[in-house]
Amino acid sequence: MAATLRDVTTYDLKLAAPLAAGFVLFFVTPLVILLALSFQTDQQGGHYGLTQYVNFLGDSFSLGVLGSTLWLGVKVTVLTLLLGYPVAWLHQRSPGWARGLIMLLVLLPLLTSVVVRTFAWVVILGRQGIVNATLAWLGLIDTPLKLLYTDGGVVVALAQVQMPLMVLPIITALSRIDPNLADASSVLGAGHWRTFRKVILPLSLPGIVAGCLLTYAAAITAFITQSLIGGGQMLFMPMYIYQQASTLQNWPFAAAISIVFLVSVLVVVSIFNALGRLSRGYANA
Amino acid sequence: MSNIAGRRIDLDALSFRIVMTGIALMALVLLVAPTVVVIWVSFTSGYSLKFPPPGYSLRWYGELWNAWQLQFAMMNSLKVAAWATGLSVLLGVSASLGIARSPTLTAKVLDSLFLSPLVLPALAFGLSSLMFFSMIGVPVSPLTLIIGHTVVSVPFVVRNTVASLAQMNPSLLEASSSLGAGRWYGFRRVTLPLIRPGIMAGGFIAFMASFDNVPVSLFLRDAATDMLPIRMWQDLEGRLDVTVAALSGVLIVATIALMLVMERAAGLSKRLT
Repeated sequence: MAATLRDVTTYDLKLAAPLAAGFVLFFVTPLVILLALSFQTDQQGGHYGLTQYVNFLGDSFSLGVLGSTLWLGVKVTVLTLLLGYPVAWLHQRSPGWARGLIMLLVLLPLLTSVVVRTFAWVVILGRQGIVNATLAWLGLIDTPLKLLYTDGGVVVALAQVQMPLMVLPIITALSRIDPNLADASSVLGAGHWRTFRKVILPLSLPGIVAGCLLTYAAAITAFITQSLIGGGQMLFMPMYIYQQASTLQNWPFAAAISIVFLVSVLVVVSIFNALGRLSRGYANA
Repeated sequence: MSNIAGRRIDLDALSFRIVMTGIALMALVLLVAPTVVVIWVSFTSGYSLKFPPPGYSLRWYGELWNAWQLQFAMMNSLKVAAWATGLSVLLGVSASLGIARSPTLTAKVLDSLFLSPLVLPALAFGLSSLMFFSMIGVPVSPLTLIIGHTVVSVPFVVRNTVASLAQMNPSLLEASSSLGAGRWYGFRRVTLPLIRPGIMAGGFIAFMASFDNVPVSLFLRDAATDMLPIRMWQDLEGRLDVTVAALSGVLIVATIALMLVMERAAGLSKRLT
């Protein structure tokens, strides 16, 4: 009898078989081939070794590209956190209609095409763009500043593009905090800053960690924004992989760079996941 | 004395609110500004994306009727996104039903597998797919594109459907079964209606993810299957085309309309947080 009862509420695991088969064939197998190809020593194939990895790790140019990509992610994540946290905070303490409006404004960039979003930044940061036009109108500059194709431009554009990924998990974390805790803290004599630092911020850590993970992963893999705002002068890992594969047709090297990039992303993801577990323990303590 | 203390607390509260609200408003302006700017300059009467525009007209929206390359790419993107979304919903919902309430290790492993495209760099997956298809001798075609897009879109459907299933009260199914409903009837009349908003939200995000996908399309498309985001990207790399601004305006309005529809039908914003 108990068995029949359980049967109604669960569905057969076999229902997952078609997707599982599809993933093994079209997701896992290609990645295994990518890994195998990265060990080929030359483009003709046949010989296997660590040549491609030695080439990558022994080349200061390649290491520079990897380093600047990982560092770009750090800068974007920090800026996104500084700007995004107050948005989540404001959403949490706004009346209903304002909440809806803030949510719409946060979701809009998430759902707008990434080319459109990036294109807007080209218009804003260009020589005849808004920033330069405004500065010239205020009489602060005589000649247009170079904003496109700069590091700062890439960071700001990516921060806008990825901000929803930071704001949404923090909103979730903030909404789970018992409002009585803040009241208790202020009754005990703590000011707003102190309550924020000692109560709200630690309790929202799981949301912060989740947001940072999503933002970081999205920022370092953001092919379109990196290439349109960064231009030809700034090379990041996704474009480096694309150039090696498509323009130079050097598949084994492209495969090796992809694996290096993939492993770097997985390492960062595991670090964030470990931090997430720690912060959940901290928040629940 | 108490007066001074009171004032200090006020200053503390005030400074905290001013700083937080100030940064939040700045961030909200930053979030909206690009969208507003694109729509604004798309109405320019000039030939360049100068700011402010020299005059206003609808000419670039009119130009869209003649921009056959963009229209062709748009049709391709819509077709691929529709197929990828259909497949994602079909396979993703079925898989979610299988794994959602199962306590087995297999279910947990499958869950992580189905979600893993979200964290892996999509460009690496695009490249590996191209290598795979060329190795087994399948030339790139709309079919390879649809397969690649489905892999990167499925996680959104699985995540939302599994979440909906987890929130569903299982005793409702027990009740329907004790009232004599068969498994299929119970699924159709109890489970499906309850998880429909989750499926719709997941399907919507999957559609947007496919329609906007660059990293996978970059490797799996050929000249016959030009995709819209890539066409736009290549147009923008060459020169700043005002037609692209007009098209962006159309896409933004369509996105907002879809978002509002999905918000009413599936409570989209609640499902994203």
